[in-house]
Amino acid sequence: MARRDRIRDFSGEARVIRERAILAGLFCTVIIVVLLARLFLLQKVNHEHYLTLSTKNRVRLMAIAPTRGQIFDRNGVILAQNLPSYRLEITAEEVTSMEETLQQLQQYVSLSERDIKRFKKLNRRKRASEGVPVRFNMSDQEVARFSVHRHLFPGVEVVVRLNRSYPLKELAVHTVGYVGRINEREAKVLNRARYRSTTHTGKTGIEKYYENLLHGQVGFRQVEVNVQGRVVQELDKKAPLPGKNLYLTLNSGLQAAAEKALAGYSGAAAVVDVRTGEVLALVSKPTYDPNLFVNGISQKNYDLLRNNDERPLFNRSVSGQYPPGSTIKPMMGVIGLEEGVVSAHDRVFCSGVYRLPNEARRYRDWKRSGHGLVDLEQSIAQSCDVYFYDLALKLGIDRLSPFMQRFGFGHRTGIDVPGEASGIMPSRAWKKRHRKQSWYPGETIITGIGQGYMTATPLQLAVATSVIASKGRRVQPHLLMGSQDILGGEVKLSSSQLLTPLNDIKAQTWQAVIHSMESVMYAPRGTGRRSALNASYRIAGKTGTAQVYSLGQDEKYDAKTLAYKLRDHALFVAFAPIKNPKIALAVIAEHGGGGGSVAAPIARKILDYYLDERADSSAKEQ
Amino acid sequence: MAYYGYDRRQNNPPTSLSRMILQFFHLDGSLLILISLLCGVGLLVLYSASGESVRIVNRQAMHLAAAYAGMLLLAQVSPQTLQRWSPWLFLLGLLALLAVLLFGEIGKGAQRWINLGFIRFQPSEMMKLAVPMMVAWYLSAFAMPPRSMRILMAMLLVLVPCVMIGMQPDLGTAILVGSAGFFVLFFAGMRLRLIAGLLVVAGTMVPVMWYFFMHAYQRQRVLTFLNPESDPLGSGYHIIQSKIAIGSGGLYGKGWLNGSQSQLDFLPESSTDFIFAVFGEEFGWFGVVMLLLLYLLVVIRGLMIAANSQDRYARMLAGSLSMTFFVYLVVNVGMVTGMLPVVGVPLPLVSYGGTSAVTLMLGFGILMSIQSDRRLLAR
Repeated sequence: MARRDRIRDFSGEARVIRERAILAGLFCTVIIVVLLARLFLLQKVNHEHYLTLSTKNRVRLMAIAPTRGQIFDRNGVILAQNLPSYRLEITAEEVTSMEETLQQLQQYVSLSERDIKRFKKLNRRKRASEGVPVRFNMSDQEVARFSVHRHLFPGVEVVVRLNRSYPLKELAVHTVGYVGRINEREAKVLNRARYRSTTHTGKTGIEKYYENLLHGQVGFRQVEVNVQGRVVQELDKKAPLPGKNLYLTLNSGLQAAAEKALAGYSGAAAVVDVRTGEVLALVSKPTYDPNLFVNGISQKNYDLLRNNDERPLFNRSVSGQYPPGSTIKPMMGVIGLEEGVVSAHDRVFCSGVYRLPNEARRYRDWKRSGHGLVDLEQSIAQSCDVYFYDLALKLGIDRLSPFMQRFGFGHRTGIDVPGEASGIMPSRAWKKRHRKQSWYPGETIITGIGQGYMTATPLQLAVATSVIASKGRRVQPHLLMGSQDILGGEVKLSSSQLLTPLNDIKAQTWQAVIHSMESVMYAPRGTGRRSALNASYRIAGKTGTAQVYSLGQDEKYDAKTLAYKLRDHALFVAFAPIKNPKIALAVIAEHGGGGGSVAAPIARKILDYYLDERADSSAKEQ
Repeated sequence: MAYYGYDRRQNNPPTSLSRMILQFFHLDGSLLILISLLCGVGLLVLYSASGESVRIVNRQAMHLAAAYAGMLLLAQVSPQTLQRWSPWLFLLGLLALLAVLLFGEIGKGAQRWINLGFIRFQPSEMMKLAVPMMVAWYLSAFAMPPRSMRILMAMLLVLVPCVMIGMQPDLGTAILVGSAGFFVLFFAGMRLRLIAGLLVVAGTMVPVMWYFFMHAYQRQRVLTFLNPESDPLGSGYHIIQSKIAIGSGGLYGKGWLNGSQSQLDFLPESSTDFIFAVFGEEFGWFGVVMLLLLYLLVVIRGLMIAANSQDRYARMLAGSLSMTFFVYLVVNVGMVTGMLPVVGVPLPLVSYGGTSAVTLMLGFGILMSIQSDRRLLAR
């Protein structure tokens, strides 16, 4: 071989090339067979696997968000609805020059700097085939103007979305609540599948509490998509089930009247139907416009609400815990009579000051000169403190506290809005647990007039009052009156739920206490008498003036010199009419001053709206 | 025996007009038919892969027309002329490659193009022809089989342009140019044991290449090739999607224009490097068998031309060009089916694109010129 390359052996060379060509041909054939084997593996052996993958690739399940249920008051007045809102969307892929398009669009639709900036930011994050909103809430004129020139703007579209809207704005906002965009924390909690294309969820109030009913069932569209995610064709569809429409027990007219009556005050009011436990009005002042929250509140507006000293976002009616003050005196009376500690005619001498034996501390009556000799009726009517100091001491906290709890104090009422507070009905055990201290007799004394540790929510006070009005019958207070699958469909009413009644209490006891409450309004020295003047129905009430600030032993209360924040809360509870009571209520005007002078007149306006036949009575009790 | 092929042609004078025309234009009938079949299949698949775009199919038809013209032109040039051009062409290509490295245009992260004002071209593409021509020219001056020194020299001639192309970086073309040069050595009669030894050395060079010569994206491609699922939305996406497309095609395929993966754009580069996956999805395994057999026939016809040629230079060149065409096919099908890393080699004559079609057809032009070289044994 070594020699051979020197010889010009043409036939040998031809043989070599022939050999090599055959070798190459064989090599190629083998490789082709290997490739075909590989393809056979893919296309025959693993065919099923890849077929499944390919189906998954192109078939996509797209969720269709259900329409949120609407919220009405008991008479069908819309509290929350879904309004179509027009937004302008641009699909980047179909636009030749974005700058030019934005420029030209401004001839027909107003676009602010902020709109354009937000659009550009969003556009960077989305796929080119997805529409990106450039304007929200277009006016009808803008929609019309743009529609006429639509052909000039390929890739620009007006898209209709349903927007939650609260037509009565701040009316009953704390009860109805609002929806907002789902945030990260909520996204973790909410059912992923059910909320696949839902953008908003209830944040507070009924919107939050009944989120499950309002949301509805998500629908699906099975579609064939291409790699950009654009729908090529629809394969299957399951329509979403809209959320239920909710009818609340609220009477929006009464609600409006109550809110108006409380105008100028921070405070709360709760009105319940004595017979059914239906909550007719639930006021918390100040209020705010829930519409601000729906599509994201601006930082400026949020700061205004957040930094407001009056805390408008706080739902005082169920979450506000106030010292109930003298408004609990009727319940105290019931307990005293039932426990046999006092009889209706027993008298106590009120000198204006009460003292524990062997103690220097004086417990003052609001009336420095004292009420003289008073029985139960007089001491409720005139709101004598000394009588109840004495009564509380005779009862002792161990009898007082459990009995008070039977009226609902210290426990959540179970009302169907989120964030309800329980208030405090103090006891020895409570103090031990929370203050790590033993109970002092002096604390029993001030508990007797609803001061000290004791706190209650306005709703609790209204409910406790309605227990007296119905003579021991207890109904679960609630806001949901009924639900409806579709608008115009049958409304399924939710029934009123009866709770363990206070049926061991003697009829005379109720009689005596109710009579005392009547005296508050009608006796010559009744603390609420001015508010019952000319009423066309009989009112039973009780005023309360709750101390926010403890005066020193010899200090004198003077509203003018005291800072607003330290002024007394004005309270009033009532029910009416006395015969066959219909409604019970509680009113609190924060730092309003006297219960009789401030809170009672507010309550009168509310009662008048509901019960006074002489007043305009449209949309009243129904 | 050596004269056999020539004699047969002489003894069987053209019997039909078509044969006369073919002979007049120095064309090889069977090769022409096979190539045209491939181009036809290519246009059909392209129509489907491009989403039924008549515009793209028209453009590709224009590319192919230009390529056919190039083939026809080159077929008229005798192998001897080509032989004389070889060193100059190689030198020109080398200079152009240098120019690309210095002032080339960047496209898709790599410098491949040279812009002469009136035309933009890839010198690396030209080297696919120039390198085998040069090596064949060099080796044809000596008796076969070549001695070790000649082999070393020839390998240097291959390696220099290969490294330059690899630096652009264009791994796919470097592989094709390298194998073109290598196959010349193979057909020159280089001893098989030596070839085997060389392959072992090349194998040991892989780690060196990995650490010193490969770009991050090339390494990524290799890594992804080894485990495509590791990066399903990044570099692994191509391979996964093409395997899904081919695998879902099954034995019989989904039918022309019915491949959901390609029609719905899940398959990236479905008109260019990954067009084989579209074919596999729509025509199934049986279609693939037919296509690959068609390719095999083209290669075998090329090898026959090489074997029947009397000229040393022509033989080596013809053999090398045929095998380069085959390497094209194997690298492309290998990468689309997930057997080889993605290196960016089109499916010859089927993938959309003018450059590779023109180069390939020029190669076939050379084959035809060699086939029809009626000179009696020279020297």
